[in-house]
Amino acid sequence: MLAPLGVAAAAGVAFWSMLDRMEQGTFDPHGVPNPLIGHTVPDFALPGLAPAEGFSGAELRAAAASRPVLVNFFASWCVPCVEEAQVLAGLHARGLPIWGVAYKDKPELAAGFVARGGSPYSRIGLDLPGQVAIDWGVTAVPESYVIGRDGIVQWRWVGPFDPGIVSLQLDPVLRRLA
Amino acid sequence: MIPELGHFALALACCIALAQAVIPLVGAHRRDVRLMAAAPGLALGQLIALVAASAALVWSAVSDDFSVTNIVENSAVLKPPLYKISGTWGNHEGSILLWGLILGLCGAAVAVFGRGLPSALRARVIGVLGGTSAGFLLFALTTSNPFARTWPPPMDGQGMNPLLQDPGLAFHPPILYAGYVGFAVPFAFAVAALLEGRIDAAWGRWVRPWALVSWCLLTCGIALGSWWAYYELGWGGYWFWDPVENASLMPWLTGTALVHSAVVVEKREALKVWTVLLAIGTFSLSLSGTFLVRSGILNSVHAFANDPARGIFILALLGLVIGGSLLLFALRAPTLAQGGLFAPVSREGALVLNNVLLCSICAVVITGTMYPPFADLLLGQKISVGAPFFNATVLPLAIPTAFAMAVGPMLPWKRAQLMPTLVRVWWAALAAAIVAAWCLVGMRVLPALAFAASAWLILGSFAEMVERIKLGRLPFAASLQRARGLPLGVYGAAIAHAGMGVTVAGIAGMSLSTSRIVLAAPGETIHSAGYDWTLASLATEPGPNYQSRVATIAISRHGHPVVTLRPSRRTFPLAQQTTDDVAIHTNFVADLYAVLGEERDGRAVLRLHYNPLAPWIWLGALVMAAGGGLSLADRRLRVGAPSRRLAGVPAQPA
Repeated sequence: MLAPLGVAAAAGVAFWSMLDRMEQGTFDPHGVPNPLIGHTVPDFALPGLAPAEGFSGAELRAAAASRPVLVNFFASWCVPCVEEAQVLAGLHARGLPIWGVAYKDKPELAAGFVARGGSPYSRIGLDLPGQVAIDWGVTAVPESYVIGRDGIVQWRWVGPFDPGIVSLQLDPVLRRLA
Repeated sequence: MIPELGHFALALACCIALAQAVIPLVGAHRRDVRLMAAAPGLALGQLIALVAASAALVWSAVSDDFSVTNIVENSAVLKPPLYKISGTWGNHEGSILLWGLILGLCGAAVAVFGRGLPSALRARVIGVLGGTSAGFLLFALTTSNPFARTWPPPMDGQGMNPLLQDPGLAFHPPILYAGYVGFAVPFAFAVAALLEGRIDAAWGRWVRPWALVSWCLLTCGIALGSWWAYYELGWGGYWFWDPVENASLMPWLTGTALVHSAVVVEKREALKVWTVLLAIGTFSLSLSGTFLVRSGILNSVHAFANDPARGIFILALLGLVIGGSLLLFALRAPTLAQGGLFAPVSREGALVLNNVLLCSICAVVITGTMYPPFADLLLGQKISVGAPFFNATVLPLAIPTAFAMAVGPMLPWKRAQLMPTLVRVWWAALAAAIVAAWCLVGMRVLPALAFAASAWLILGSFAEMVERIKLGRLPFAASLQRARGLPLGVYGAAIAHAGMGVTVAGIAGMSLSTSRIVLAAPGETIHSAGYDWTLASLATEPGPNYQSRVATIAISRHGHPVVTLRPSRRTFPLAQQTTDDVAIHTNFVADLYAVLGEERDGRAVLRLHYNPLAPWIWLGALVMAAGGGLSLADRRLRVGAPSRRLAGVPAQPA
């Protein structure tokens, strides 16, 4: 007679942990798995967005060899990108190298967007056709990736950063890689 | 002013509901007649307050009061009046208010129609309903207040999702919710019986009409939702095994089992513990389904604004309602007197088989629906479970169910023999076999089996009636006399079973549907499914709050014109959304179904479907619900009917 209660209690505990982890951002039932996690950064080459230099897959791997790099896909037409700009500026101020990819954006608009709040990006690649974003498996902008020492994609975040996500998720990842 | 009154009425309803939960339950426990007598008044009071709150929300919507956040987010000046009203329950906050209103209606219905019940049982049922209601109203007030204000009020609202601007969907949520929430009454009866520690045949008789009403409404609600998906989404399908659809199917399956097992309690005083568990389980599944959709745990096309914080509140509420009732079940169920064993081949044996099969189907649906989030949580794997899994697992269980459905009602109670019963319906079996053989010539195995099952169900239900009135074996007048004497419940059951047969035929027909996607220029003719579809023209037409692009497609067969279809694409500037307006022509044997897609260089993408027997799916569901309704009209089932005999008998808590 206790069996139904047991089943319900187990389901309740599971649902509670799902909700809890959804709030922390570690569980996303709607998320699409990214095939790149755990794999080396693929080869590509992007033209730069003046004044920032563009970059290639090899350059990114080389830069990540000394310290983790955050790759951030953004666009001037994306409202959440505006929301996360301040958080990115904070990360930049802490000394985290951030490499941006302007996704399907007109160069002049992207340049204006980056210049508006002071660019947090060390390098910016212009992905006008969106091909690199497809290769990376980007689902929507903004989307960010942490590249580890051996050029392996370690972590991904879909959607805008906020301070909570940074302290709860990004910081532990960076500490682990440091 | 009016929104404040509505907010106040909602808070008042919550307070009354709390009183309704405490006073009658304490009264029933202490056998205090005065406290128990407060129950009906409180239930009616709660209903009045909730009607006032709902009316205030509707008034705010109709009068375009954009100081109310909910109205700003979901309404607009230009929205047609019907959708201003239906829009009040088309969003999270409003739908929780509707949920509360229906729960209040259930409590008031027990108060009014349950006058024949023993006073302690009635007090407990109303008390349990009050407690459930209080939880939901508290949820509405604290995390989902439909009357929250916004300042400064904007000039116009943001409009509603254009997909919801549809008459079918205007009435789908109230009917579906009435079905979901209606199962709160059998649930309350089950909890009340556990509190009392006593279940007898009368309990089965009292519970059954409530379960039956909810079942009919849930059947209609699911059918309406499926019909809406068919003609509004324009994907050509009617059931997508989407988590939200599954969430409505699960309580339907256990609710169907409940409607049947309650008969065994009534007739044989057996299956009591199981029936109580089914009553608790059905309402629990209704609640969990809503919770899973609202919390965002399940990945679905039905988008509600997902909010994990809300999810935690509902989860706590569910823990209280479901966990509490199951704990009570664990403590009290062993003390319930069990009925005697019975022969496997008998009416009650067939009903047990029905319960086993329906609950197995439900278990399969739960597994398929819940596997992705659980696999993600426990194994970290992203998996999606789709139609192939459900088709492969549900069908093998559905076929024996269909077979048993036609035979079961013919078996006598207590002890029966299968062969003589089967011999009496030989002609239905023969007809089903012929249908199967005929279908096998041109079709795959599964549709052929499904058509055979459908013929078996419809003819079997008919055969049962023929058998009962001994048509052909007695003089016609005597048969007519017998037909008149048969209880309505017998007709209701036969009609409901035949309705299932009609739905099965529709599903089998839809599995044979064909479709073509073409890029056509005006003047071009496409040959599909034996018809010639000619795109006559493409034009732009204005609508009340949208612009439409209309394709005119003339359809002919062997050179004779059949019909002209005008599918369109509506662009809603306010919501910046485009919806497809499907054009359907039906002759009840098949649907011609056309969808206009995007246009490129003067040519338009057209999707042309030929859907055999499609309308039968929903027609069958209506027939099922009508059968249920007919059973409800049966004197033996009427709630008031036993009142005269039982009103004076005091409750005897064990």
